[in-house]
Amino acid sequence: MIDQNTDYNVAPNGFYGHFGGSYIPEMLYPNVEELRQNYMEILSDKSFQDSFYKLLKDYVGRPTPLYLAERLSERIGAKIYLKREDLSHTGAHKINNTIGQILLARRLGKTRIIAETGAGQHGVATATVCALMGMECTVYMGSLDISRQRPNVERMKILGAEVRAAESGNKTLKDATNEAMRHWINNPVDTHYIIGSVVGPHPYPDMVARFQSVISEEMKWQLMESEDRDYPDTIVACLGGGSNAAGAFYHYFDDARVKLITVEASGKGVDSGYSAATTALGKPGILHGSKTLLMQTDDGQVVEPYSISAGLDYPGIGPLHAHLHESGRASFHNVTDNEAMQACITLSRLEGIIPAIESAHALAILEKLEFSKEEVVVVNLSGRGDKDLETIINWGGY
Amino acid sequence: MNKLLNAFEDRSEKLLSIYFSAGYPELDDTGKIMMALQAGGADMIEVGIPFSDPVADGPTIQNSNKIALDNGITLKKILAQVAEVQKKIRIPVILMGYLNPIYQYGMEKFCLYCQKAGVSGLIIPDLPVQEYKNEYESLFQKHHLANIFLITPQTSEARIREIDRLSNSFIYMVSSASTTGARKGLSTDQIDYFKRVGGMNLKSPLMIGFGISDHQSFTLATKYADGAIIGSAFINVLKNSDNLEENIVAYVRSVKGN
Ligand SMILES: Cc1ncc(COP(=O)(O)O)c(C=O)c1O
Repeated sequence: MIDQNTDYNVAPNGFYGHFGGSYIPEMLYPNVEELRQNYMEILSDKSFQDSFYKLLKDYVGRPTPLYLAERLSERIGAKIYLKREDLSHTGAHKINNTIGQILLARRLGKTRIIAETGAGQHGVATATVCALMGMECTVYMGSLDISRQRPNVERMKILGAEVRAAESGNKTLKDATNEAMRHWINNPVDTHYIIGSVVGPHPYPDMVARFQSVISEEMKWQLMESEDRDYPDTIVACLGGGSNAAGAFYHYFDDARVKLITVEASGKGVDSGYSAATTALGKPGILHGSKTLLMQTDDGQVVEPYSISAGLDYPGIGPLHAHLHESGRASFHNVTDNEAMQACITLSRLEGIIPAIESAHALAILEKLEFSKEEVVVVNLSGRGDKDLETIINWGGY
Repeated sequence: MNKLLNAFEDRSEKLLSIYFSAGYPELDDTGKIMMALQAGGADMIEVGIPFSDPVADGPTIQNSNKIALDNGITLKKILAQVAEVQKKIRIPVILMGYLNPIYQYGMEKFCLYCQKAGVSGLIIPDLPVQEYKNEYESLFQKHHLANIFLITPQTSEARIREIDRLSNSFIYMVSSASTTGARKGLSTDQIDYFKRVGGMNLKSPLMIGFGISDHQSFTLATKYADGAIIGSAFINVLKNSDNLEENIVAYVRSVKGN
């Protein structure tokens, strides 16, 4: 979590290459600065790490299995392993980050927590750790997402969180993030904002990536056990803000033997006007505190994204990924709603695993890329599909 | 910039600066509103550059931003609208907006056209102090644009002093930890904060903004500062107006108490 230093770590000035930084109004400066000054010291502290890893083990259920999916491997013609983040408590990788951040918030003496959520996975993961720690929790969620991820809304409420609807813009993740930032501006002293992905002002992208890096930390020894080498040939992850991808890539950034592949959501097609494929459509810009690739008009207004998957329905990506894109270290692909939904059904039928629609985007690219028979490919199965049942039912096709 | 410096020469007179979103209520109202503000006796004008994601703004300005964008406002049009009335506007004009539209337009080109349009200063809330210092300070100076920084009740004394050093005009003192929006009254905590900053002997004049709405709050705030800034309350005047010119003049007069 703290001992790796790669070319892809954030620089002391908060930038990854040309991207990142801390573009926030003065009202947020004291909060973000407090975090920046303290996070590395807290993360490096032995007792913090002990609490973090203990909760990941006993509460989240880590390590998550690295499962060789034989029937899928046969279909694709490669050795496909699934990193089973879907088996984590609350059903997605998001909880790795919320466990870390709530422990950190307590050390900073904060008593209230706010969060934004798209698919509701991060909201549920936040509501969960708040229940665990007895902290007050408010989650902002776009009203469109509230209607398409209803089970997660109810889960948050059962866990004792207040869910507030964001009604601006497309009423999705970007708008929920705006509202959470406004809440933080209005409550600067006792509140910590648990951002759900590797986005936001420095140090959030770095901090969240470090908490998620447990994914590739486990992959190393798990591959050693099953493949007798601690690295795969290829890692595939879906890309919303980029936290599950950051975690799955983290320990391999400097390992040129490992190909890194991200998959964005192209919605109804990259050029359809209904897409969230940021690297295909975006230009450098500034949103939610960092300079990154951003879908926007020539006038610098942020374009409303679209994806069937609420967790990928965001007009930007984390600055780390903008840097991976610019440097060529990772390759960036995208798949449509339909391709993702088909991959969702395929995995369900072949392996008995219903993936989250976000994760199904990563699976869908397997059908489109060439692999060699012996190639060891790890797909980060970031979450399970329980929350998506309504979307899958409405889509039909099974 | 000179206009902006001159404005603070007589520091016994309390200044009123008024913010509105360009392109609101109608696309081409910008110049008309500026003229009426001047006619009513406003001392400065802040022309807002609408942005799709105004995170530091409350519902009123979010809404005026959105309507202005739906009306088709762009940064390019704003610069043209301001340039068009510049000969008739004697009071300082400040442009205020989030960084991204400016970044897309190009900072150099933006500064050049601001100067050509007679703009004296810029408020870019999400432009970090450090980045201004490293990348833009000399550019702003070349085009005689004052960069106006915000401070809040949470801003540390050391940082206020640094901001004071970097400022070449006034400091925008945000009245409370909050997004923009019209509220009622000023609390004793706020007054204490005004007094604390006022007692720091800063070289820069202070203007208090956020939550100022009428003659009463203007008078109270300006006991502790060189002036005050009104935004959301003025947007509400525009929203409810049946005669922009008359309503604006009457409102500005009522705030100043003339
Ligand atoms: C299961 C799952 N995967 C992926 C994502 C996308 O986020 P990120 O790109 O940060 O991993 C989400 C977001 O809600 C999610 O719930």
